[in-house]
Order: sequence, then C-alpha cells, then structure tokens
Amino acid sequence: MTDKSNDPNQMTGAAMIVRALIDHGVQHVFGYPGGAVLPIYDEIFQQSEVEHILVRHEQGAGHAAEGYARSTGKPGVVLVTSGPGATNMVTPLTDALMDSIPLVCITGQVPTHLIGNDAFQECDTVGITRPCTKHNWLVRDVNDLAKVLHEAFYVATTGRPGPVVVDVPKDVQFAVGTYHPPRKSDVHVSYTPRVKGDAAQIRKAVALLAAAKRPVIYSGGGVINSGPEASKLLRELVDVTGFPITSTLMGLGAYPATGKNWLGMLGMHGTYEANMTMHGCDVMLCVGARFDDRITGRTDAFSPGSKKIHIDIDPSSINKNIRVDVPIIGDAGNVLGDLLQVFRAEAKKPDIKSWWQEIATWRARNSLAYKKSNDVILPQYAIQKLFEATRGHDTYITTEVGQHQMWAAQFFGFEEPHRWMTSGGLGTMGYGLPAALGVQVAHPNSLVIDIAGDASVQMTMQEMSTAVQFELPIKIFILNNQYMGMVRQWQQLLHGNRLSHSYSEALPDFVKLADAFGCVGIQAIKPGDLDGALKEMIKVKRPVLFDCRVAALENCFPMIPSGKAHNEMLLPAEATDEATAAAFAGGKALV
Amino acid sequence: MNQPASAYFLEERHDPNETHTLSVLVQNEPGVLARVIGLFSGRGYNIDSLTVSETESHKHLSRITIVTTGTPTVIEQIKHQLDRMIPVYRVVDMTITGRSIERELAMVKVRGRGDSRVEALRLADAFRARVIDATTESFVFEITGNSSKISQFIDLMRPLGLVEVSRTGVAAIGRGPEGM
Ligand SMILES: Cc1ncc(C[n+]2csc(CCOP(=O)(O)OP(=O)(O)O)c2C)c(N)n1
Ligand SMILES: [Mg+2]
Repeated sequence: MTDKSNDPNQMTGAAMIVRALIDHGVQHVFGYPGGAVLPIYDEIFQQSEVEHILVRHEQGAGHAAEGYARSTGKPGVVLVTSGPGATNMVTPLTDALMDSIPLVCITGQVPTHLIGNDAFQECDTVGITRPCTKHNWLVRDVNDLAKVLHEAFYVATTGRPGPVVVDVPKDVQFAVGTYHPPRKSDVHVSYTPRVKGDAAQIRKAVALLAAAKRPVIYSGGGVINSGPEASKLLRELVDVTGFPITSTLMGLGAYPATGKNWLGMLGMHGTYEANMTMHGCDVMLCVGARFDDRITGRTDAFSPGSKKIHIDIDPSSINKNIRVDVPIIGDAGNVLGDLLQVFRAEAKKPDIKSWWQEIATWRARNSLAYKKSNDVILPQYAIQKLFEATRGHDTYITTEVGQHQMWAAQFFGFEEPHRWMTSGGLGTMGYGLPAALGVQVAHPNSLVIDIAGDASVQMTMQEMSTAVQFELPIKIFILNNQYMGMVRQWQQLLHGNRLSHSYSEALPDFVKLADAFGCVGIQAIKPGDLDGALKEMIKVKRPVLFDCRVAALENCFPMIPSGKAHNEMLLPAEATDEATAAAFAGGKALV
Repeated sequence: MNQPASAYFLEERHDPNETHTLSVLVQNEPGVLARVIGLFSGRGYNIDSLTVSETESHKHLSRITIVTTGTPTVIEQIKHQLDRMIPVYRVVDMTITGRSIERELAMVKVRGRGDSRVEALRLADAFRARVIDATTESFVFEITGNSSKISQFIDLMRPLGLVEVSRTGVAAIGRGPEGM
C-alpha cells in the first residue's frame, strides 16, 4: 500500500463537500443541521470561507437560496439533513424547477448499509425528488463524490438552469477518499445543452421581423436567466426594430418599465394593451418564455393571425402549448446577439406607425385604473407609494402569492433584470419572505422588500428570526386585506360569492409579532400615514414587519376571464356585477 | 361556448392518436429506468410496451425501446422530454425514420388433449413457433415476430386451451449499415 497521508487530496467525504463548495466559488450556504449531516456541519465549523445561514425551516433555506440565485445569477446552495430535512425541501425544489432557478441541494442520508431498512429519518430522497429536480444523485462511494458534486454544479447552472440534489449517506461523509478539483470530464457525456442558435433559422426570423406590419416582442424569464448581457441585447433589439415589447411575470426588468416601447406585463392580469397587441399582431417574437396557460388564455384563440418565432434553450418548450413557425433552440443572449447582427446587416426598421397608433387606442383605455380613496388605502396606491419611496434606492423586490403579487407586478416599475423575485410557475405562498433573506445575504447594503399578503406571510413567518440573527434588514411590506384575496376574488367571480374559508380569521397583530421577533413593527391605516411610515421603514436598518391595512374587498383587474381569449379582457371600469357575471358565466367549478 | 368556471382552459384538442416506437440510448446508471417511467406517469403519457437491457456493458449503455400512443404534439413532447434527461444520449423515433425492424418474443402455454392439441401444434408450425416445453397435456411455444403476428397467434391459441403468455415487449433496430 502506498502512503497517501501526505496527499492533500485525501480527505473525508464531508471535507470534500466543503472543498467543492469553495472550488465553485460558493460564499453562502443556507441550511439546517441534523444527524445525517453532522460531519458536514463539523467541517463547516472549522473553516471560514463558506458562511452558513441557519434558517428556521428547510423550506426557508430553499427559497432563500432561490432568492440568492435569482438576484445574483449564481447557484443557490442548500444543506439539509435526511428524512424530514429532505422532504421539507420538496416545495422549493419544485418551485425552482418551474422557474428555472439553479440550486444545488446537498442532503444527508442514513448510512449506506441502512438504506432500505426504514432507518431513523430515512426517506427515499432521490425517489421523492426525482420529479422535482433537473437531476439528482445518490453517492454510494466516497471516490465518486468529487465528480458528482462538480457535475451537480454544472447541470444546475448550464442549459435551462434548475435544481439538483446530491444525497450523501453518512458513512460516505466519514469515509476517506480522493478529491479532485472541477475538470471537464466530470460532466455527463450525454448532457450537451445547445447554446448557439441555428443560422438558417435566425435568417428566417429576421426576414419575418423585417416584413412585419404589426409586430410584438414577448420576453420571459429565460432572458433574465441568460444574464445581464441578454437584457442589454433585448433592449438593443427593441431600439433597432422599434417594436413594442411585453413580458411575462418572470421576465419583468429585462426591458425597463420606463422604456418607451414597454406595454406592461401580459397574461391573465396583464395590461389591456399588452394582450390586445399579442392578439392582433402579425409577427410575434417570443424570447425565453414558454406560452404558459396564464399567458395564452384559450389556446385555440391565441394570437390567431401571427407568425411566431420562439427562442428557447429547452427544445421541449417548443410547440408544447402553441405551434410556432420558426423555432430557434439556443441561449436567449447568444441567439439575440446573432439575430441583431443579421438584422443590422440585412434589414431596416419597418414602418409600423399605424400599429403604434392602434396600440395607443388600447393604452388609452387605462386598464390599470382604480378608484382612489382618502379614507382607506387602496392596495394599488400602496404599491405606487412604495415604488415612489424606493426610487433612487438600490432596491430588490420579492413577493408572496396572491392579489398583492399581481398588483406588485402591475404597479412597481422594474428598470433592471435580477431585481424581481417571485414564484411564477408554482405560485408558492411563503416564498417571498425567505427569498428576501437570500437576496439580502447576497446584497447586504441594498434595500430588499417582500411585498406580502396577510395569509402568505404566515407560511414562512418564522424566518424573521433568521433575519434578526443574521442582521438582515429585510422589509416585509404586508398588504393586509384580511383575506386570501385572490381566493376570495375567484369565489366571487366563479363560485357564487360563497366565501368558503378565504377570510383571514384570527390574524396576529403584526406589530406585536415584530416586537416578539425583535424586529421593527410599523403600521399604516390611512392613506395619509403611508409617506411617513414608508420613510421610516426604509430608514431603519433592521428587519421590519410593515402592516399596511388596505381596502379589504378590492379585486385585481384587468383580467382575462376563464376560457376566454386575449381580446376578451374584463377591464376595471367595466367590471360591474352584471358584466362580471356575464363574462364568467359557466357551470360548476372544476379546478 | 361556456366551459365550467375555471381559470384553466379546459377544452381538449381532439387530434387523432398515433402509435410510435422510440429507441432511447441511455447511460446505465441507478435509477435511469425509474426516471424514464416517472416521466411517462408524471406527464400522463402512455406506455404500450417497454423493453430494456444493457447493450454495451463496457460503456454502461442501455437501450430502451418504448412503444407509445398519443397525438402528434404529445409524441413530439415525449421525445423532447426524454432527450433532455441528463443520462439520455439519443432518442430516435423508429416510426418516423420508417426503416426499422421490430421484433417481440413470446412464450405461450397451451393445455389440451386430442384434436385441439394437434391443431395447436399445426398452427404453431405455420407461425414458425417452436416447442420449448411439452407434457402429455401441454405445450409451451416460443414465437418471435412483430407484435401483431404474436397477438394473432395468441388469439388463435385461445380456443385451443391457452393457459398463459409471457411477452418481452418490442425491440427495434434500424435497417441498413448505420447505428442510431
Ligand atoms: C402554498 C400555497 N397554498 C395555497 C395557495 C392558493 N392560493 C393562492 S393565492 C392565495 C391567497 C393568498 O392570500 P394573501 O397572502 O393574503 O394574498 P392576497 O391575495 O390577499 O393579496 C391562496 C390560498 C398557494 N398559492 N400556495
Ligand atoms: Mg390577503
């Protein structure tokens, strides 16, 4: 036997994990300890390069890592124990898979010889997380560990990003083996994501764009995922072509909200002009979005007269919901770069003046209008005030899920990518608070605000304790309507106004709760309170729970009613009881 | 047109279904079959037949042959979804390439005496099925061929005392000199 005691690459599995994190430039890990990860926690204790953020529930670690990833473009890293630690991660993993967020989650597992024995805190982690990860691994041999960890980072961050799980039994953490730094051969030969778009397809796309009379650009989260360069190129394309642009919920910020070609968000609660432009266009350029059901409305009436170009890195997104004419598989930024080059060389700005005139008539309908009040705070008004108060600050916004999320998307203007973190695909209540933690860890000096609902915020409220412990001055701005507003809105519109279990009964006193957590509680009840209260919230360098009491029964408009097309939106001014009843007329509820 | 009150668009499209045979080359690693099957069950795709075996053990390669039924859009989705799994090297649609051979093997147990026994043996001969086990009152036949030939043979055995059948599922390979 050769003596390996002097070889610096000989180490325990637990040490390899920490070493691999360092080699991949990881500075922060979100986690929660337990029996099956104690050797890794022991290694974390003995070094200072990787900082561990202790959450209060593993779901919080997952969403914090998502917020961290989405606001930096770097992978979020999570460390949890076996059994309940792993099962508590199922929601954030699924969330990250739906929204294409790169996460590397390391789970402890019972020792190899006990796997399958129903050992204490054993669960089939790779089985449970198989459908909610991009890929996962169970490592049975310490000498495979380095390769798997490196591959895990590669898979999570390349192609269409997503979450991965590496399940490491405790005996493998203790065992000594050979580590190696990341190298090319660590990657699965069968995994080759396509980055560059097909040149002939790009030419076809340019020909369509150049001949367009009524074009629209529809961009999504893929542009954000591709990195800041993609957003820059998207802006250039809009300038060079003069085309109107709309975006999905996930894509906000890629094109600035103050940009003159901006139509606002599209989809179920998008603006009238965005949806009408989509409906009436003759050429649609979809970049990094996936024709999701909240976007398309009824698919057989979706943008019936248009030729569709679809840029996506994931071939399975093409023709999934909507047939397209020119698919281009590749990275959004890379393809946009090539497309711009060809457009500049071979085409010139089409004359679409009359199209803009038509769009102006839709804009004039003012689909985001709402009735102001001097007595109660309208939720839309609260977001507008928040937006004004944060101008000039280096601001990041996260949200929970519900009406407040849609109002945030409609009324908060995003100028830059990576500033908006929301759970789009899965719609996870409880996402925003821990996501804000993760964002604040990555950007300690920035203003990080979770626009929350009174119901959602109670799902992961315990993470306020994490914020206090790590001195993360996140602001939880609760639009407190004392309802699960979005659920109530559907019950009003779709279920004969029978408000089954959507009232937020027995709400805690959020100001006292803030006090109990050791953070700052602020309340605003009248519209006149808002300016001062917001100023205070922004000024205080500690975590804040802001209880913003808003009009309880306000509903979110405009809205595409169920089973309707983009041109059949219900606008706020027209949402009288009769019009609403007619728009939503139908039989019994199913989903 | 009114649909039930729902935010989802509930009308289904009614394109006609097609049956396709897919050859999937995968890295033979733990859980790879569970991944493939999980994809089908999770996304509601059909599996009519599934055949798996390691084909190049030194490279840890396995070949999975799947026969599936769905609308053209669903079939296209299935191929893309399979292709984006990390351990999947290639997915080839044998039905679209058109130049492929499909074979299945079945073992068919028939019990009977007298005339029906003689008839079973005569039919087996016509189908080139081999007798691989025999007692005074039973046969086990081995038959290979495409699936419809095997089904036809089984149907013929039914009135003659069919006891049970074991089928391997379809294996497929392209014609000509090229590999997949
Ligand atoms: C974990 C989870 N459970 C249930 C739902 C369904 N749901 C969507 S919105 C909503 C109500 C949210 O209420 P609140 O947080 O107060 O927001 P509001 O709509 O009132 O602004 C519910 C229950 C969900 N999205 N996520
Ligand atoms: Mg609420």
